[in-house]
Amino acid sequence: MDKFEKVVSTAVPLAIEDIDTDQIIPARFLKATSREGFGDNLFRDWRYNPDNTPKADFVLNNPSYMGEILVSGRNFGCGSSREHAAWSLYDYGFKVIVSSFFADIFKGNALNNGLLPVQVSETFLKALLDAITANPTTKISVDLAAQKIRFNDLEESFEVNPYKKECLINGYDDIDYLVNLKDEIAAYESASVVI
Amino acid sequence: MGKTLFDKVWDAHVVKSLVGDIDVLYIDRHLIHEVTSPQAFSELEKRGLSLFRKEKMVATPDHNIPTKDQHLPIKEALSRHQVDTLLANCEKHNVELYGLGHPFQGIVHVIGPELGITLPGRTMVCGDSHTSTHGAFGAVAFGIGTSQVAQVMASQCLLQSRPKTMRVTVDGELNKGVLAKDIILYIIAQLTAAGGTGYFIEYAGSTIERLSMEARMTICNMSIEMGARGGMIAPDQTTFDYIQGREFAPKGEAFESAVEYWKTLHTDADAVFDKEYHFDATDIEPMITYGTNPGMGIKITKAVPSHLGEGSVESYNKSLDYMGFKPGESLLGKPINHVFIGSCTNSRIEDLRIVADYVKGKKKAENVSAMIVPGSKQVEKQAIAEGLDQVLLEAGFELREPGCSACLGMNEDKVPTGEYCVSTSNRNFEGRQGPGARTLLASPLVAAVTAIEGRIVDITKHLN
Repeated sequence: MDKFEKVVSTAVPLAIEDIDTDQIIPARFLKATSREGFGDNLFRDWRYNPDNTPKADFVLNNPSYMGEILVSGRNFGCGSSREHAAWSLYDYGFKVIVSSFFADIFKGNALNNGLLPVQVSETFLKALLDAITANPTTKISVDLAAQKIRFNDLEESFEVNPYKKECLINGYDDIDYLVNLKDEIAAYESASVVI
Repeated sequence: MGKTLFDKVWDAHVVKSLVGDIDVLYIDRHLIHEVTSPQAFSELEKRGLSLFRKEKMVATPDHNIPTKDQHLPIKEALSRHQVDTLLANCEKHNVELYGLGHPFQGIVHVIGPELGITLPGRTMVCGDSHTSTHGAFGAVAFGIGTSQVAQVMASQCLLQSRPKTMRVTVDGELNKGVLAKDIILYIIAQLTAAGGTGYFIEYAGSTIERLSMEARMTICNMSIEMGARGGMIAPDQTTFDYIQGREFAPKGEAFESAVEYWKTLHTDADAVFDKEYHFDATDIEPMITYGTNPGMGIKITKAVPSHLGEGSVESYNKSLDYMGFKPGESLLGKPINHVFIGSCTNSRIEDLRIVADYVKGKKKAENVSAMIVPGSKQVEKQAIAEGLDQVLLEAGFELREPGCSACLGMNEDKVPTGEYCVSTSNRNFEGRQGPGARTLLASPLVAAVTAIEGRIVDITKHLN
């Protein structure tokens, strides 16, 4: 996993609620056996017509909006557990997803792939969406070490699990940690009452 | 203070706790399929790691497989490659695999319970969100991402933050024509698509206690549709009777002593949940969804609401535009061209019996294509043994071979763009059953009646 460093970037507004992972990456693109190349099909059916021409009214096709931060409506990433959703967002170039609420499995998948989910209040989210929609050059700063998100003169703190924070900052992942616990795991197995 | 059912099972599996509310949770059974495992096997190999406890894994292909001519090679190249990759990985790493043609093959969440792999008190994971199904047995079962699939392969453990607990109690007698699917669609409509996020749900109450194991699985299966990490139901005599005699279930004295342990797996009277909801079964009627998430459901006789209580009008209208419905309109009388009965939610023998029982001696409407897909080879075999295949055939239904089928559009079974499908699957997201497909979620009984009538009707008027 890549190390997560402070992000200062413009952002892409996608003010839709309950965005499910089927929209982020439709099922028909899950047939790959490697992790690469999913960014091309990110939001495929919202982004392209059936004849593969870009849909002009979809925000990723609007050259005014670019950046490493996606700002979305509440309950982002609900539905399927497919990690391909996190891979496609990261592969496309997003480093941070801002929303007022994230689905559990998506949040875990994002954190395991160096993609930071930043959960903010509804008020902050609305102000952020309004600001970037009105002025696409608005710079947003996401400081993981300080757990702060800022734009213009507004700032909010966000929560992140301390273990996951350390993993992101150092580029570690859970496997590194777990494989060093094998003796403890074996001891648990010998003592376990569960069949 | 007493413990909840969830606390008892979770606590029994904590290898150690880390600072920051993360536990190293031991996983008793790891189910894998072809879609979410290839990158996990690659990750393991890249790091030079081997499977830590391969005997605790079971593999089957389900998402990509055709539901016709399963004895022939898979036509679609990418699907074939993904299934072949699973086969090769399982062979290389010596993982138990039920491939196409094997009598145990089927949808991963259907075969776990029917083989006795799913047991009370176990922790179970799979790279698939509907792993919550197995909670019907009093297991802590939840879906994981591919990185976590690799973690379990490497260590048989997961780093997990402990979810909050919620109890949803349903009491009372069910109305005519109301099935488990209606109960869960009703609960999700009340709690919304995000109402369970951060929680593990226990379903309780007299209505739940009277349900069969298959009906309980339908309920737990859809816990994820309100964002919950999983759902579970305390094991009881119904559970023990279902498990006894199954292929991998404990036998003889081992079974008896297991039952003694399983009987301790219930929420203590003085245990406290972080959140509680109570519903009256008599308020539940046959349900149908009208929108693009499973929380957008109504009693089949009611009108599409003008707006949901929360969320923006724009997102709500976008959803209705996709479905071709308007606020305030009734769905009754809407012509339907596709009926799909199957998926890990409703493809068990009980579901097939409900459909066959209703359609016996009737004919499907001419405008409908009606597909019924058993969840496993064993369900298929039993359906044939009971003569359900003939009943379905005579009614104009097509009984396919087992797999995930038209639930999510990864194989050839898709609903064409713009067309309506009444489906017993679990998700009505945009494009879920194929690009542009419009899915209306419902029970197997609603699906059966729709197939015969060719349109949406008040099913209670069509029941004896």
